[in-house]
Amino acid sequence: MKALFTLAASALALAAAPASGQDFVIANATVATGDGSEPVENGAVIVEGGRVIFAGSAEGRSFATDLVIDAKGAFVTPGIFATVTTLGLVDVNAVRDSNDTRAGGSPFSAALDTAPVVNPNAQNILIHRAAGITRAATSTMPSGSIFAGQGSIIDLDSDGTPIMQARAFQMVDLGEGGAARAGGSRASTYTLFRAALREAQALIGARGTPQTTEIAKGEEVMLSRFDAEALVPVVRGRQKLYVAVERAADIRSVIALKREFTQLDLVIVGASEGWLVASAIAASGIPVIADGLDDLPSGFDQLAATQSNIGRMAKAGVKVAINAASMENPRRLQQHAGNLVALTKVPGADGLSWGQAFAAISSVPAEISGLGGRVGVLAPGAIGDIVIWDGDPLEVGSVPTRVFIGGVEQPLGNHQSRLKDRYRDLDESDLPKAYDW
Amino acid sequence: MSLSGFARARIGALTVLSGALALAACSTTGSANTANETAIEDEEPQFAALTEAEGPFPSTYSRYPGTETLIIPATVYDGAGGKIENGWVHFRDGEIVAVGGPTSAPPDVANIIDGAGKFVTPGIIDIHSHLGDYPSPGVAAHADGNEATSPTTPDVWAEHSVWPQDPGFSRAMANGGITSLQILPGSANLMGGRTVTLKNVPSRTVQGMKFPGAPYGFKMACGENPKRVYGGRGRKPSTRMGNFAVNRQTWYDAIDYANKDEADRKRDLAKETLAGVLAGDILVHNHCYRADEMALVMDMAKEVGYKVTAFHHAVEAYKIGDLLRENDVCSAIWADWYGFKMEAYDGILENAALLQKEGACVVIHSDSQNDIQRLNQEAAKARKAGLRMGLDISEGTAIQWITLNAAKAMGIADMTGSLEPGKMADLVLWNGDPLSVYSRPEKVWIDGALMFDAMDRKRRPVSDFELGQPGEGDVK
Repeated sequence: MKALFTLAASALALAAAPASGQDFVIANATVATGDGSEPVENGAVIVEGGRVIFAGSAEGRSFATDLVIDAKGAFVTPGIFATVTTLGLVDVNAVRDSNDTRAGGSPFSAALDTAPVVNPNAQNILIHRAAGITRAATSTMPSGSIFAGQGSIIDLDSDGTPIMQARAFQMVDLGEGGAARAGGSRASTYTLFRAALREAQALIGARGTPQTTEIAKGEEVMLSRFDAEALVPVVRGRQKLYVAVERAADIRSVIALKREFTQLDLVIVGASEGWLVASAIAASGIPVIADGLDDLPSGFDQLAATQSNIGRMAKAGVKVAINAASMENPRRLQQHAGNLVALTKVPGADGLSWGQAFAAISSVPAEISGLGGRVGVLAPGAIGDIVIWDGDPLEVGSVPTRVFIGGVEQPLGNHQSRLKDRYRDLDESDLPKAYDW
Repeated sequence: MSLSGFARARIGALTVLSGALALAACSTTGSANTANETAIEDEEPQFAALTEAEGPFPSTYSRYPGTETLIIPATVYDGAGGKIENGWVHFRDGEIVAVGGPTSAPPDVANIIDGAGKFVTPGIIDIHSHLGDYPSPGVAAHADGNEATSPTTPDVWAEHSVWPQDPGFSRAMANGGITSLQILPGSANLMGGRTVTLKNVPSRTVQGMKFPGAPYGFKMACGENPKRVYGGRGRKPSTRMGNFAVNRQTWYDAIDYANKDEADRKRDLAKETLAGVLAGDILVHNHCYRADEMALVMDMAKEVGYKVTAFHHAVEAYKIGDLLRENDVCSAIWADWYGFKMEAYDGILENAALLQKEGACVVIHSDSQNDIQRLNQEAAKARKAGLRMGLDISEGTAIQWITLNAAKAMGIADMTGSLEPGKMADLVLWNGDPLSVYSRPEKVWIDGALMFDAMDRKRRPVSDFELGQPGEGDVK
């Protein structure tokens, strides 16, 4: 039964966990909608049927709901959208058996598909859910070939069905890493890449039938017909192609691909020297998932790397998200975004406003994934992915107190939180620690 | 260290060999000439290399000119756990003269810096860095951090691998306020070699960066890395028990060496370092992740008679905070790294806070050319995790984790690490609270010399490598 409330600063002490599908209102919140705007105080977020129907300043607004959650002034935001990640594909990176992120020994590359292998119980999913990440683009990494395979969009909820969109994007490395995998040079990378796309073009309307010979090098098949088939939706522009490059010249070459393969739906990943060609990227309309804080010439393809890269690209009109693959783990997305805000106070540097920075880890990556308006934002019609924080979400060390995905409150426990509980003290006077759980 | 860095190391191990041999030959020749000319008495040997006590590869660093300065008013974190609102800091001739609060009268100084709304800390210190020995660009030709050709290489010295033109040094200063740092060999070997402590001053030579008077450290590593590297080659150690066996026998041999009269023993570069550890002159920095393994290492140290100064990485230190306190061993740790390898699976955000609660020594380290630029943020992150579980950890304590505690574990706490009269004027003026993500260094002084100024682009070091490249002199 719904009760009618009028929002005010008065007592709203009805907090409890909403059951599946229950409608609720988060009141007395500092609301950041994720759309690039600055946070508003005394805001509310109204969820009905698992979707947001209102978010923003709600002074005096009336509504009917099952449950009112008093945020007591806390920040309330859309869940973080992490791109690009390997969430759900690995338990321990260095434990080969547990790691599905690379398949260097596989004869397949572009055909690899993460959708059947994402593990919703992986600790990295549980840990990142507790860090406020509610959706992610997750992908295998280039290993046997320049093509990484087909990534998925996942949710991080606890219902056991993580795949929101299977085969959402293909990824290819056209930078230094790709050159190494293509036989040793960028020239080889581009030849292989063009040949692969032509192969795919030849397969349009002829699914399953190879039209041309396989591209092989020695016994290592670099592009099987299954891989060529997998690239058909890429050349037709029905599946996004994420292209990993860092160097300004490589970025220009990626932009030029659009002239040759006009239907490609491109996204640039990395782009450490993007600021040198920011206006060209902006003119191309290609969005960028950029490394947030790279500022070292870690290779000869990123000599011009600077933390001001994203700020400068944004200023030039590039749609730019922060790359979760550029940090120790994706739960640092908020920290990277906060650092970009810090740059606005540094003479000569370019950063982002708070609203822009938060958008770079919420609505912008969602839009780049083709999910604009549905996730990464608190707006009418959006999926109810909502986080209540214990502080400014871009401030270092802030974490969620409550996380909702699809309008359902999520458990936040995991291996790490259980270890913390056990080792709160070291008292074993009665029994060993193994009994403390 | 991370796996990617390790992969690079294995490529580079082959290329470093010829360089190391050449260097050794060079130093022997040079000192032999000197000895020859000064040899007077017949019983003196005709040739002799400089001894450890005579200090080969001496530091050539001396402080750059500075101006007597008073920063007032500012919020001061003194590095020793204290926080002074409305405080001031006075330094002159390379040294801290005084630190005061709102009730103490500041001195009359011509050069006054208005620190209103700003914060002062001691220079930040990173106890675990590979800048210079794994420099940028991270190409195979630069991978000089792991002499991964033998599980025990106590004979190598990290300073012989440090490339002073690594652009990472300047980033660490400008974005992280780093004024001192320890460069270690990597963790491929059980005994990786000597570490070197540097002042973060740009220099043409590593000698120009060496921290005068800092003791040497000795890098050891337990766990997965050594057994994987050597087990993978079908040789000892391939297990954790193999790790201990190789270590213990190496120590026994070192004890035999150290017990002999100098006249009765052939000079042995490796054993000289080990003897230095046994004598307590060289501080042990032991890469070790798991709690049970750290407990075994502390017993091994007791068995053969040395002291572990700090466990590095120590992601499970929180499980044995009591043992670490009782043994007076620091834990140099990350705030949030976990899960990248099996022995890092139990990493938790509360590690530092739980150690602090037990009264054990905490140092926050980077092991990363990126995180070294944000040690202040990592300390803040670790503190917040403690606050969330109800542990009362002051802001000053979090700053101490990256200043005085690091200095203590590096044996330089009598010279730097806190803002005490007479200590080196290594300090950072931040444009806001350094425990906030929104703050950055505005000015960095090393021994009272202004080495970075965000307000003056010419006070921004640019390495040789960056000249003429796109982005030369950019804010970075």
